[in-house]
Amino acid sequence: MVATVEPTGLTMHELTARYRRGEIAPTEATEAYFARIAERDPQVAAYLTLTREQALAAARAADARYRAGAPRGPLDGVPIAYKDVLCTEGIVTTCGSKILERFVPPYDATVVARLGAAGAVMLGKTNMDEFAMGSSTEHSAFRPTRNPWDLERVPGGSSGGSAAAVGAELAAAALGTDTGGSVRQPAAFCGVVGLKPTYGRISRYGLIAFASSLDHIGPLTRDVRDCALLLHAIAGVDPHDSTSVDEPVPDYPAMLEGGVRGLTLGVPREYFGSGLDPEVEAAVRAAIARLADLGAAIEEVSLPNTDYGLAVYYIVAPAEASSNLARYDGVKYGLRAPGGKDLIDMESRTRAAGFGAEVKRRIMLGTYALSAGYYDAYYGRAQKVRTLVRRDFEAAFARVDLLVAPTTPTAAFKHGDKADPLAMYLNDVFTVGGDLAGLPAMSVRCGFTAAGLPIGLQLMARPFDEARLLRAAHAYEQSTDWLARRPTLA
Amino acid sequence: MISREEVRHVARLARLHLTDDEAERMREQLDAILAYIDKLRELDVEGVEPTAHAVPLVNVMRDDALAPCLPQEQALANAPDRADEFFRVPRIIED
Amino acid sequence: MSTTTYETVIGLEVHAQLATVSKMFCGCPTTFGAGPNTQTCPVCLGMPGTLPVINRRAIELAVRTALAFECRVNPSCRFARKHYYYPDMPKNFQISQYEEPLAEDGGLEIDLPGGASRRIGIQRLHLEEDVGKLVHEGTLETAHASLVDYNRSGMPLMETVSRPDLRSPEEAATYLRAFRAVLVHLGVCDGNMEEGSLRCDANVSLRPRGARELGTKVEIKNLNSFRNVQRALEFEVERQARALDAGERIVQETRLWDADRGYTRPMRSKESAHDYRYFPEPDLVPLVLDPAFVAERRAELPELPRARRERFVDAYRLPAYDAAILTQSKALADYYEAAVRESGNTKAVSNWIMSELLREIGSDDERAITTCPVTPAHLGQLVKLIDDGTISGKIAKGVFEGMLRSGDAPGAIVAREGLTQVADTGALERVIDEVLAGNPKPLDDWKKGKTAAAQALFGLVMKATAGKANPAIVKRLLEAKLPKI
Ligand SMILES: [Mg+2]
Ligand SMILES: [Zn+2]
Repeated sequence: MVATVEPTGLTMHELTARYRRGEIAPTEATEAYFARIAERDPQVAAYLTLTREQALAAARAADARYRAGAPRGPLDGVPIAYKDVLCTEGIVTTCGSKILERFVPPYDATVVARLGAAGAVMLGKTNMDEFAMGSSTEHSAFRPTRNPWDLERVPGGSSGGSAAAVGAELAAAALGTDTGGSVRQPAAFCGVVGLKPTYGRISRYGLIAFASSLDHIGPLTRDVRDCALLLHAIAGVDPHDSTSVDEPVPDYPAMLEGGVRGLTLGVPREYFGSGLDPEVEAAVRAAIARLADLGAAIEEVSLPNTDYGLAVYYIVAPAEASSNLARYDGVKYGLRAPGGKDLIDMESRTRAAGFGAEVKRRIMLGTYALSAGYYDAYYGRAQKVRTLVRRDFEAAFARVDLLVAPTTPTAAFKHGDKADPLAMYLNDVFTVGGDLAGLPAMSVRCGFTAAGLPIGLQLMARPFDEARLLRAAHAYEQSTDWLARRPTLA
Repeated sequence: MISREEVRHVARLARLHLTDDEAERMREQLDAILAYIDKLRELDVEGVEPTAHAVPLVNVMRDDALAPCLPQEQALANAPDRADEFFRVPRIIED
Repeated sequence: MSTTTYETVIGLEVHAQLATVSKMFCGCPTTFGAGPNTQTCPVCLGMPGTLPVINRRAIELAVRTALAFECRVNPSCRFARKHYYYPDMPKNFQISQYEEPLAEDGGLEIDLPGGASRRIGIQRLHLEEDVGKLVHEGTLETAHASLVDYNRSGMPLMETVSRPDLRSPEEAATYLRAFRAVLVHLGVCDGNMEEGSLRCDANVSLRPRGARELGTKVEIKNLNSFRNVQRALEFEVERQARALDAGERIVQETRLWDADRGYTRPMRSKESAHDYRYFPEPDLVPLVLDPAFVAERRAELPELPRARRERFVDAYRLPAYDAAILTQSKALADYYEAAVRESGNTKAVSNWIMSELLREIGSDDERAITTCPVTPAHLGQLVKLIDDGTISGKIAKGVFEGMLRSGDAPGAIVAREGLTQVADTGALERVIDEVLAGNPKPLDDWKKGKTAAAQALFGLVMKATAGKANPAIVKRLLEAKLPKI
């Protein structure tokens, strides 16, 4: 049978519907993706590694299950991509770093194992800022990834490869990670759906740690339904992650309908201050008006410690990173620089050669913040201010059901535009709060700039209230035709 | 203001070999970032509990049960240098 | 000697490997002696993306120990990361406890020479993970390279820090013995120092007698037997005393005990940077030990060595000396009580254990005691055989040798080798007549009034019965017979 539409142009749920009707088989869809990747990825550079053999083997097994009329579920045979921060058994996992260029994990991340068991087909591993430290994917040790809507621009980061792969239709969906906004910001820049669920909702086992108390895994998808499907498949407690929470996993895809009537949406004043691009503000305000039309009550709220949140983030994240990255010393795995005259010399040269400038900066910053005499002034104080940030959200959610705001201050910027580290950091000002407080937050497409760059609307919810978050996002998405627009990759 | 000596000390703690130029550039950049972070001093955090985890959990433990080990070859497969069944490191001179 | 003008101040830091089946934070086995790097997994190799999960059993054993040492078990405790670079530590940080340890403020009563005793304070008790093993090609100084085996990485360690309450190397060794006995009684640690299940570091300082403030302390590492603890501390005390006498200042440093050469030498510590950058372990959540959990652990507490020793004196009427030795290890105390149950003769069993059994086996060698071919029941039976006159004490010694070699019951050996005493007077009279007939010389001597000759005749009779004759009966018969000749 012949597919009426290019399978790569379909959402996961559209694709699996065709699988079930026998209009197309997983191997055909998988081949179509590899063909498109061969054609377009040289421009986009979303992938670091392609896993064609494993993918086709998995796809053939899925073919057989559909032929037998017994698919494993809504993800069986779906071609997806993983950010290269997620460990994949027997497949090199670099974390975007020279220091892990040849590291082959003997284990799968829990999310990878769960999606594998659900029948998903791994196309490959996607590019990222080294150790997820960055907001543009320019800090990948291997190559920069380009924004499918404008190749001159960055896809955002650190999950830029995953967002670009989904935006450029080089994967049906992908997983990314979000520590300061690394799923939502690239989702906004690439015009896809990106969700960072509640901390503890998804196991971190096998996610190469950047900042343990802030790292979240999240889906990047074409639409909200796909997002719900992917989240449902990977959420839930994991005995290998002590910080994963034993909360029942609702049937998210079944809870998408119902709209926003009766919900109160809060608009945080501090997210609309100076520094917010007028085009972005206009699009977000319009989206909020649309949600009001759909029956939601709108109320202004205040998150007074928003600006401090960014400062907290740039202490806590580097501090934890300096500890998590201490293990890369050229002893057990990964790079070892030649010519070390003794152990310390070898370790220092290996880390100097293996880490990029941004990673070194954060290791230095974090080591300094934890070192004798500075702990209380920096790390200790930051963890207290983190409490104040959390209280801001608690106070807001005592009055409203969801928060609506821009995902980023601007649309995608040009490569090289944010050479100054601090300027790059300020890009995360609207997203770090969700990570510090561990709240579910997502970004959906809410329009385009005059230059044709997608703009992201951010929604945030109470802990473990992903169902309501997805329901509102779905209601908004269904009420617009933004998804009709597709990147030309011109 | 972070001093050149502090940068050197921290680089030693972090096992990062820095050239003099790198150390100086690092000092300037850390200064800028720390200057921004210093805004935290404006806040009164007297009596505020620190947040280590966004989601408060306690007493997560496992049973004392065996799980499969890695085969020796797999344990050593990623080693940059090895001698038979050991990981091998250059001679240790304490700092 | 100059040390008499100073007071010695010692504190011990003991690391005990907890008797769990699996490691502290992963499911790898804790068994000793496996091939290099055969007992590891991604977690204890510190591979990227892996996460620790607390072993509940380790917490239970640590709380049980804390209660035995009368520590305050903190209602809430947490783990922290301790950072320093060393290749035996895969993550280059150790998951330990810092500001919120599992337990604090306990103590252990130790015996002092002359029957007195003193409570040694225990400052804190916390849990941490062990590191791997480094093998140097040559010595640490001469090695071109070092080899790493991560089997031991992640083993559950309980660190117990005493207060500086010990006043001599002897006291330190006594404390360590008593400490070990408690752990072994509790079943929380096998106490095997050779295999590193129990390791000890010491902090030593001297101060002028009567002075209040402490002198500069020196840390001594690698004290891995009772004997070495005492030897190393004696050396160090002497070294510091000489230095002080010479007007030198003591440098605060870490020194390594070299058991072969018998001295301590400065060790450029792997922790010399001494900036551990502790912070709460974000991959683990706090422990809030509710009273019920602690109560369960309290209910698990067995009789402790001190209480048992006192009971041995009261219940078995043993001298304090015997009771002290018999309770040096749980295995030995159990052995004694089992043997007594068999024979009922409390003192005789004690004598046999102390004179014979402990000649073969160390009093704190649990393994040897529990696997000894002479079972407590058999030893009890042996004592019975003596008490009911079946064999003499002299014969019994030989039987004991046989029991050690064969593991057979004493009754079986006695029967097999026909060692039963001859108590039949008729039979013995005949033997005596033969001896008197066959040995005119001593008989003449006796007739001439040399009473010593009776003793010679007695010996000849015993010899003739290969020692099986009941000596008391032989004596009586001889004394009755001789005057009639
Ligand atoms: Mg310790
Ligand atoms: Zn392990």
